[in-house]
Amino acid sequence: MDKLIELKGIKKVYKVGKVEVHALRGIDLTVRKGEYIAIMGPSGSGKSTLMNIIGCLDTPTEGVYHLEGVPVHEMNDSQLAEIRNKKIGFVFQTFNLLPRANALHNVELPLIYAGVPASRRKKIAEHALEIVGLKDRKHHRPSELSGGQRQRVAIARALVNRPSLLLADEPTGNLDSKAGEEVMKIFEELYENGNTIILVTHEKYIADHARRIVHIRDGRIIDDTGVAS
Amino acid sequence: MKWLGAFITFWENFKIAFKSLAANKMRTSLTTLGIVIGVLTIVSVASIISGLNKGFAEQISNIGSNVLYINKYPWIIMDDWYKYKNRPDITLREASFIREHSKYAEAVAPTSGRRSIVKYKDKILEDIRVVGIVYEEKDVENFEIDEGRFFSPIEVSRKRSVAIIGYEIKERLFEDDDPIGKKILIGGQKFVVVGVRSKRGNIFGQSLDIDVYVPLGTLYSKFGHRRSVGIQVKVKDPSLMEEASEELRFWMRVARALKPTEPDNFSINRQETLLKTYRDLTRGLYTAAFGIGALSLIVGGIGIMNIMLVSVTERKREIGIRKAIGAKRSTIVLQFLIESSMLCGVGGLIAVILSFIVSMLIDKLTPFPATVPLWSVVGGVIFSSLIGVFFGLYPAAKASKLDPVESLRYE
Repeated sequence: MDKLIELKGIKKVYKVGKVEVHALRGIDLTVRKGEYIAIMGPSGSGKSTLMNIIGCLDTPTEGVYHLEGVPVHEMNDSQLAEIRNKKIGFVFQTFNLLPRANALHNVELPLIYAGVPASRRKKIAEHALEIVGLKDRKHHRPSELSGGQRQRVAIARALVNRPSLLLADEPTGNLDSKAGEEVMKIFEELYENGNTIILVTHEKYIADHARRIVHIRDGRIIDDTGVAS
Repeated sequence: MKWLGAFITFWENFKIAFKSLAANKMRTSLTTLGIVIGVLTIVSVASIISGLNKGFAEQISNIGSNVLYINKYPWIIMDDWYKYKNRPDITLREASFIREHSKYAEAVAPTSGRRSIVKYKDKILEDIRVVGIVYEEKDVENFEIDEGRFFSPIEVSRKRSVAIIGYEIKERLFEDDDPIGKKILIGGQKFVVVGVRSKRGNIFGQSLDIDVYVPLGTLYSKFGHRRSVGIQVKVKDPSLMEEASEELRFWMRVARALKPTEPDNFSINRQETLLKTYRDLTRGLYTAAFGIGALSLIVGGIGIMNIMLVSVTERKREIGIRKAIGAKRSTIVLQFLIESSMLCGVGGLIAVILSFIVSMLIDKLTPFPATVPLWSVVGGVIFSSLIGVFFGLYPAAKASKLDPVESLRYE
């Protein structure tokens, strides 16, 4: 299998006033295409920082990051935006939908930034909503949807540009267990269809859905179950 | 395909900006108000100015541009009046002298006037300007006749009691009657109306059609000789006005036997003097008015900047989301710039519409003629949009520089 992500010696240091905070102290991680990985760790372990760096929202202080063989650590702001747009689909704990836009428009957003013409955009976005089972809710605003439905809209938005990687940060954190299970079922289907998924969570039963679990503590990987054979 | 993508990005940002402005109607309209006032000031001032200029141009078009006027006083006195008060009257003899000697002159026409009561049957008009003219008058100004005829040379030289009346005099004295051949009383003296001058119109609320014209000699013999005339000199070649003016000055000094050390005791006036003075007088006024307009636009612009900064802070999370799913810095800048320039552009548009109403009111309610010039309309909208871009730049840059990770955490 091809390497999708290759992290070598990733370090991240924040400066809070005069104090330096070492969020990541040297991460080496390789993710192959089609993997379903959970990154686990308590809060403050650096798992969110790691996810932000993998998702190109943040850049490492030190270290090398190749995404599909491309050296992401050397990229500028605008190139990173393009990577986020084309290669990565985000699913957040708080959904992060635009409150004034309806479901369809929220899903269309990445396509707008990719410069896709309106008619094709609508078709693709509708299809994505169909995949998450919300075709009949496309004209509803986030406030008119339940938490589970909102997260499914967010997943549709993450999928719409056919990204190489789906990044989910505590995707069930704000959902009740039933809605959470539904969301996890969608991830399972996506994985079976060949999508690469990285899940960040601190809950064991959520992490157990993944095929590989990476434990992180104090900015270091302390355990990696490795690629499931 | 690249330009198509750019167009889509632009259009989508346009829609986003529109929706976001529509979502905050109260805020949008209050913010726009500042710009509306600024643009309205500028466009209104421009419309008054253009009206004034037009009115002034019409006014002085009655003064021939190729005519020099030898008068006792300058038309415009910038220094002390008393310097001029002992000047001798300009005489008919001097007019003849000029006519005889000037090489630049094509026609020389002295003129004089007094104010009199004009009567026809039981109708009385008080304080009417009676202008004495010579036969050459029709050569130095555009003297069109509506009914009847101009004076004949003999009527002028024999000092006959004939009159040409202004259009409004005709309307007020004769109504629907034919005035030609009728006797009127000017200052108690009988005159026969031989012609009606064509309508000339209104300038600054002052009618040009309530004058009565009589032969200059008749004016002298009926109403006395002690009066100053003005000498109108039409110059053959309009490009030699300066030279002609110098020549007239020379002959006037000769006629009056002035010593080289003595200053001129007459004035040579021309249209250009008026134009120049008009421009000098109004320049400062216009600059001040535009300055005030520009100032209020800047105040409006600061309002825009302020509200855009608030908007950026409020929408930190939205910006974070947009960045996370692929909006580049430039896209975010574009979104906020479109929003601020739309805010201002709409303000400019409203102001232009209002300025039409304002200029109509000015035209109706004040003696100033006002028209909205097209350049001020186009300029108003474009300039206010530019204000939007300028004052939107800083908030837009601020928005685009937000760190996505931090923005997404913002509640």
